[in-house]
Amino acid sequence: METQTITQEISEIAAKPAKAQAIEVSGSVALLEALIVEGVETIFGYPGGAIMPIYDALYDYKEKLNHILVRHEQGGIHAGQGYARTSGKVGVVFATSGPGATNLVTGLADAQIDSTPLVCITGQVFAHLLGTDAFQETDVINITTPVTKWNYQVTDATEIPEVIAKAFYIAKSGRPGPVLIDITKNAQIQKFSYEGYTKCNHIRSYRPKPIVRPQYIQQAAELINAAKKPFILWGQGVILGKAEQEFKNFVEKSGIPAAWTILGAGAISTDHPQNVGMLGMHGNYGPNVLTNECDVLIAIGMRFDDRVTGRLDKYAKQAQVIHLDIDPAEIDKNVKSTVPVWGDCKETLPLLTALIEQKQHTDWLKLFNEYTEKEVEAVIFDELNPATGEMTMGEVIKQLNDITKGEAVIVTDVGQHQMVACRYAKLNNTRSNVTSGGLGTMGFALPAAIGAKFGAQDRTVVAIIGDGGFQMTLQELGTIMQSKVDVKIIILNNRFLGMVRQWQELFNERRYSFVDIQSPDFVMVAKGYGIAGKTISERDDLASSLQEMLAHPGSFLLEVMVTKENNVFPMVPQGCSVSEIRLK
Amino acid sequence: METQDNQKQEYNITVYTENQIGLLNRIAIIFTRRKINIDSLNTSPSEIESIHRFNIVITESEEVVRKLTRQIEKQVEVLKVYYHTNADVIWQELALYKVSTDVIAEKVSVERLLRENGARAVVIRKDYTVFETTGHREETDNLISILQPYGLIEFVRSARVAIIKDSEGFNSKLREFERLEPGEDVVENEYLNKGQKVFTM
Repeated sequence: METQTITQEISEIAAKPAKAQAIEVSGSVALLEALIVEGVETIFGYPGGAIMPIYDALYDYKEKLNHILVRHEQGGIHAGQGYARTSGKVGVVFATSGPGATNLVTGLADAQIDSTPLVCITGQVFAHLLGTDAFQETDVINITTPVTKWNYQVTDATEIPEVIAKAFYIAKSGRPGPVLIDITKNAQIQKFSYEGYTKCNHIRSYRPKPIVRPQYIQQAAELINAAKKPFILWGQGVILGKAEQEFKNFVEKSGIPAAWTILGAGAISTDHPQNVGMLGMHGNYGPNVLTNECDVLIAIGMRFDDRVTGRLDKYAKQAQVIHLDIDPAEIDKNVKSTVPVWGDCKETLPLLTALIEQKQHTDWLKLFNEYTEKEVEAVIFDELNPATGEMTMGEVIKQLNDITKGEAVIVTDVGQHQMVACRYAKLNNTRSNVTSGGLGTMGFALPAAIGAKFGAQDRTVVAIIGDGGFQMTLQELGTIMQSKVDVKIIILNNRFLGMVRQWQELFNERRYSFVDIQSPDFVMVAKGYGIAGKTISERDDLASSLQEMLAHPGSFLLEVMVTKENNVFPMVPQGCSVSEIRLK
Repeated sequence: METQDNQKQEYNITVYTENQIGLLNRIAIIFTRRKINIDSLNTSPSEIESIHRFNIVITESEEVVRKLTRQIEKQVEVLKVYYHTNADVIWQELALYKVSTDVIAEKVSVERLLRENGARAVVIRKDYTVFETTGHREETDNLISILQPYGLIEFVRSARVAIIKDSEGFNSKLREFERLEPGEDVVENEYLNKGQKVFTM
């Protein structure tokens, strides 16, 4: 039977009231039909023995489901993450049993800690072989339990529609996260009487959103209205909750300076006059120091990660803390709140905005600007505008900003270049910053950029990657080649594992232990994959090369040789308070 | 309050869940990830069909327990989590003792032993006898030491089960959960740190 007709027949049946006549389909077909109803367009995956029936069914769905063949399952899941981040939809990943599934684990952990909605489908050996150490059998459910929001093993095809519906609902509702569904091969093959697909919108044991308590909104508003030096910290919750406009309204009415965590970047533009910069270990000077001077701290959709707070017992002790979060487990986890505002910030922020007075905290905002001036003088100016010597990472980002005008999606890997890119990238729009925040997964950027491009096809996607991280997943150049993904790749090559080297310099008396990493000729490697590229080491070539890269039709790799032993400053050394941030 | 919060004591964590394979592991790893030992764990069907009840005992500070319960409640198949001190619950453990019938019949006044320890004989066979007691840890321990001189062959103790003193049962709550928009009273776990009044079943 043609796919077209199967799908038509199924959707006709699905449209009819219950008890309509069912048709016989395999578990695999039921899965693909479910994906279509869920609005899935792109799947990142890699076939293998235990998932072959699904891939066989996929052969007939090529027109409807765009399957991107990756080069490694880790690449597949990071691509799924990148897709979810830029599109705001659920990323879908296929992998086979055993090694295919275990290769997903890093990505699952990354998605779990960064709250990225994913549905991963893994093949599994036949149900009768479970527990027999069969070929490519791994206990995937137990391996992935700590790193998934939910997981489930399907051994019978009849379960598939309901389980997939739950998977999507759980992945995207409340605080999003990765879901893994492990489907045994017999269930993929098994035919059953399929009665259509119903999306899930309720699970009795699962409450995605806490109920909004008006009394806390009231208390929060009173604190804000009475505050002399209030300070807003926002995180990715604003973006995940699609509450950027509500957030902007709140910020602008309140007149309060606002700083972001790395995953919150771009929720309001980096140019916004009340956006005072980045928080945390390599964040901006003012936001860190003034955290310990504000009187009311308003944390929105962020979880007080240790990289943000530094030493907890010296963190904002003077402040009353208002914490808005959708996840009750985050309230009081790290920082005790005075007023906990449970709920989806898309609902709570407008309620709060309605109760606060329109204000301008001019002097307080001015203080942030004074700290910015100090930081510019001590760090930023030289980083972005070096006149002599080797190129810096910062000037590459600055030049890139000048050309993209802040319209590009910036995907970063992990390390020094990540901190520099996040500090200096100009972001006009939300969903423009894709990075591995919580897990700090080197090798994230290249595959994530592939997914990011599929999630935002009309946008320019620039991956900024270090020479170390690039070598962790460079096999995905093959995916870029085969699927003709238009990703611009900038390798900031300092011929070191820079962040570890920086720590060794600062805290281990320059004992450079295994940070001196050699690289292949990246341009040659790219060429091997049919990807254009060039390498530059002269400042004079920078702007024109960035222009060339961005104007190039299709993917392009630009390797920029930057100074070897630059450090990222400011820095809150480990074990120090945010107000002990160092400028050098 | 601050000191009380940090003082370690036994806490009884009660978890109502769906009956789902793998959930025991999902709950257990919340403790093991933080290197917290589970002193006692019991899981069995509750009074409501298809709902299971876990009783978990750990020795920790209230602050840690509160965070743990929130992490447990976050799991998709967990309906509700409560925590209580020993003073807030009625709890029992069940113990079985196997002894040689000959020895026990000859050397011990069985009747007195049963009476004084609230024990009962479950099985009396020619070769062995099995006693049973229920009670707190000290009580079941006590009978061990009494029987030990008479050649205690085998001993086993169950996990703790606990009934919450201040509870009105779970049935009505479950019906709330089944609604699309559950009412405020069942979503009370957010109040975990807000005192007794709201934190009751």
